Amino acid sequence: MNDIIIMVLSTLGALYILVASVGVLRMPDFYLRLSVTVKAATLGIGLTLAAAALFFGETAVTTKLVAIILFLLITAPVAAHMIGRAAYFTGTKLWKHTNFDELKGQYNEETHELSSKAPSPSTEDKSN
Amino acid sequence: MIKQFLMNLILTFIWVGLTGSFTFLDFLFGFLMSYFILMLIFRGNASSKYFDRVPKIIIFSGYFLKELFRANMQVAYDLVTPNYFMKPGIVRYPLTAETDFEINMLVNIVSLTPGTLILDVSDDKKVLYIHVTYINDKEEFISHLREGFEKKLLAILR
Repeated sequence: MNDIIIMVLSTLGALYILVASVGVLRMPDFYLRLSVTVKAATLGIGLTLAAAALFFGETAVTTKLVAIILFLLITAPVAAHMIGRAAYFTGTKLWKHTNFDELKGQYNEETHELSSKAPSPSTEDKSN
Repeated sequence: MIKQFLMNLILTFIWVGLTGSFTFLDFLFGFLMSYFILMLIFRGNASSKYFDRVPKIIIFSGYFLKELFRANMQVAYDLVTPNYFMKPGIVRYPLTAETDFEINMLVNIVSLTPGTLILDVSDDKKVLYIHVTYINDKEEFISHLREGFEKKLLAILR
């Protein structure tokens, strides 16, 4: 039983990392690429580490792996957020099929302040 | 809240120390037992929210894991089939969370579910800008996020 769980977890983990690397190649723009890579890789690494914890079955190994997974879950979204924000600031283009972009024009170019007011109706439709 | 949690931990460690073996199952059993003992002791005490929160946290983690797998399968399916089904867009999402800690937890959780990427929080902490991979109806996405994640999270934190 334990063996089967380990097999399922490690296979799923490897598959998710594979999907993430395919995503880096196939996704059409930077934001979609970032969004796929960070999440699928986090889940893949988490599943692989869980399989390792079950395989060794020792308290010392398990506590370390739990700590690694916890810190991964805390730090990965922060990194993704900072990279995405920097990309938007430097003007990385969105995919041409993007439906709408409500962040457009909300930044103050000089002070880098971000306003929270609703956009005026003229900019709400497809603005790409 | 903190007081009950610390008492629970102390009782757990006493249990683990008395049984003499520090395994995960022992720890879990001790934690559950001291949780129920403390729940009996604090019964009827309206000021302790701790005993409401623990089941909510467990239910919320289950819901989060379910959403994580569902969204991951969607993205994985899109990647291995030749056509793109994606409809990306950047959504303006008005927050109801107020303090820094609440916003931090919400952003972390939303960022971890695939298909959503937080781009920025406005300076007055009222609005999130989220890059969403699959979006058809703006209002539907906002209400899904609000009912699914934000309300449940705030019920735990507040």
